[in-house]
Amino acid sequence: MKEIWVYIETFNKKVKKVSLELLTKANELSQKLGAKVVAVYIDKHDLDDTISKYGADKIIHLYSKDLQIYNSQIYTDALYNLIKDNRPHILLIGATSIGRDLAPRLAAKLNTGLTADCTQLDLDEDGLLLQTRPAFGGNIMATIICPEHIPQMATVRPGIFEAKKLEKIPEIEKIEFELEKDCITKTLEIMEKNSLLKYITESNVIVAGGRGLSKKEGFDLLRDLAKELNGTIAASRAAVEAGWAPQEIQVGQTGKTVKPKIYIACGISGAIQHIAGMKDSKCIIAINKDKNAPIFKIADYAIIGDVYEIVPKLIEKLRTLKQ
Amino acid sequence: MDIVVCIKQVPDTTELKIDPITGTLIRKGVPSIMNYDDKAALEEALKLKDQIGAKVTAISMGPEQAKEVLEEALAMGADDAILISDKVFSGSDTWATSNVLSEAIKKIGFDVIFTGRQAIDGDTAQVGPQIAQKLGIPQVTYVRKLTYKGGKFLIEREMDDYIEIVEAKTPVLFSVVKEANNPRYLDVRRLVDICKRDPIQVWNNNDLKIDESIIGLKGSPTKVKKTFTPVFEKETKIIEGSTDEKVQTLIKELKEKHLI
Ligand SMILES: Cc1cc2nc3c(=O)[nH]c(=O)nc-3n(C[C@H](O)[C@H](O)[C@H](O)COP(=O)(O)OP(=O)(O)OC[C@H]3O[C@@H](n4cnc5c(N)ncnc54)[C@H](O)[C@@H]3O)c2cc1C
Ligand SMILES: Cc1cc2nc3c(=O)[nH]c(=O)nc-3n(C[C@H](O)[C@H](O)[C@H](O)COP(=O)(O)OP(=O)(O)OC[C@H]3O[C@@H](n4cnc5c(N)ncnc54)[C@H](O)[C@@H]3O)c2cc1C
Repeated sequence: MKEIWVYIETFNKKVKKVSLELLTKANELSQKLGAKVVAVYIDKHDLDDTISKYGADKIIHLYSKDLQIYNSQIYTDALYNLIKDNRPHILLIGATSIGRDLAPRLAAKLNTGLTADCTQLDLDEDGLLLQTRPAFGGNIMATIICPEHIPQMATVRPGIFEAKKLEKIPEIEKIEFELEKDCITKTLEIMEKNSLLKYITESNVIVAGGRGLSKKEGFDLLRDLAKELNGTIAASRAAVEAGWAPQEIQVGQTGKTVKPKIYIACGISGAIQHIAGMKDSKCIIAINKDKNAPIFKIADYAIIGDVYEIVPKLIEKLRTLKQ
Repeated sequence: MDIVVCIKQVPDTTELKIDPITGTLIRKGVPSIMNYDDKAALEEALKLKDQIGAKVTAISMGPEQAKEVLEEALAMGADDAILISDKVFSGSDTWATSNVLSEAIKKIGFDVIFTGRQAIDGDTAQVGPQIAQKLGIPQVTYVRKLTYKGGKFLIEREMDDYIEIVEAKTPVLFSVVKEANNPRYLDVRRLVDICKRDPIQVWNNNDLKIDESIIGLKGSPTKVKKTFTPVFEKETKIIEGSTDEKVQTLIKELKEKHLI
């Protein structure tokens, strides 16, 4: 039976949301292909419980007691050994900073193709994976295939697919492996980025600010709104460049790609480079003074007006709603 | 220390236009530039050279026109530049591209390789790690700060939600993010001299002798099946009225859709 593998990324005893999103997608594809879904992860800890809630026919847990943190070579080699023996048909990996470090190295070692940052995955009549991705800064989409090599490998950005729970009772395989003691790069330390900023690609609600806020304090207002909606804040590049917000929360071509349930753009004009990072949000609300602002073209709700009038009112109404 | 920097010439994607009839990219008249991350990578290499006296070789795979970015690299301070150019290389995906670049780098010899994190046209960020794998050396991706002391590199890596401090020794490949530095300006006198001397070597596959089954369009495991321009079709609801009314309507809509 053909197998679709999903690499499950873990950090701090937690499973990355994107990995669960990929499990859901793998289950969808497996029905068309008549394939088995296999989740594979590398961790010192046992995380089978979380993973099995999202539907896997089999979980492979690679572990080693000396395992500390992700390392390109160790992880590539461990997965390579497993994959060359099992020959899965498809391998999906989250396009996180770790996934984008691991996947190309692994594909090179496996001598197979790898499609980066897919936003759509489908199968053709012959069971070939149709991998659609943006290139040229989101100006063009390309559908890519890998017809003569397996696994067909793709990375997918967080938030592109939805993670849905699916009860399956997986077969579980535990494999201990030896760490190569002499690893050439060594992690010395992990530094938290500003802990006030919830990781924006994991958030359901994002309130983003742009140059239209015209001052740093505007972000305090947006933070209040985000708090009411259990969300987090983000920024356009113009706002980052003005020094009102850190680069880590920039959305767009050169920032993060996000797909929250609600994206509220406040004083953002909607340049193509910004839109590239948020256009797939489920519901886009734009607040802008200029009725011709391009952001309105991709918005579900357009509010023509001043951020400093609309947002405080919105916070107030949301607060009274809660009481 | 021998350093090789991989530089790609890319179209300035902010200047791209779409042909409204054919729906394809219009590349004519679009300026070509040195990929931003690669310029930052070159700057890190040149800083090392300033510090410890390394030899910096810039390489680029591409058509004759890609000489422009190599000239720029030389004028910024690189010691040598090699254009890797042959019809049999064209249409390479990242796997095939890294076959070509890693062979060239082997021939040049290296202690450290620098690439950019990502090219702004192909946008995959795959070539760096693939070169490292093919040469069997470690990689440190997303470098935002690099220091060299006592025979060791200390690196700050820009991860999604944390900064990782890594220690590395040679041989190693670094992929650099453009936020790492502000690249120096090119030296105009150097540039004039370079254009006069034309010092850029050009290597084709007679120099590299790579099996043609692992390069170019035919040798690439991935194939572009089709390309199309993205369409954003959305029905936008304009919410009108006084500020109060606007906010009321919005909340009502969001509630109806179970978004809040
Ligand atoms: C290679 C490249 C990569 C880039 N990558 C990114 C990226 O990743 N992310 C990104 O965001 N940008 C990116 N940019 C920049 C992008 O082109 C735009 O310059 C930027 O997005 C503009 O930010 P803005 O919308 O905040 O500012 P502006 O375009 O200046 O828009 C401000 C808006 O606020 C409105 N406004 C003003 N005052 C108010 C008010 N009181 N109330 C309501 N509305 C108000 C104005 O009408 C205007 O529409 C990139 C550019 C390049 C060249
Ligand atoms: C629309 C489209 C979609 C594509 N999608 C894929 C895909 O999903 N998978 C795939 O394998 N290929 C894909 N390709 C092919 C890919 O763009 C080429 O292989 C390209 O040569 C390298 O990839 P990149 O531009 O993504 O570079 P990246 O991997 O983003 O580049 C990283 C770094 O590698 C170095 N580098 C890259 N190319 C060169 C070069 N020619 N010379 C010197 N240094 C270089 C630079 O330092 C650069 O910063 C696609 C091409 C197109 C046109």
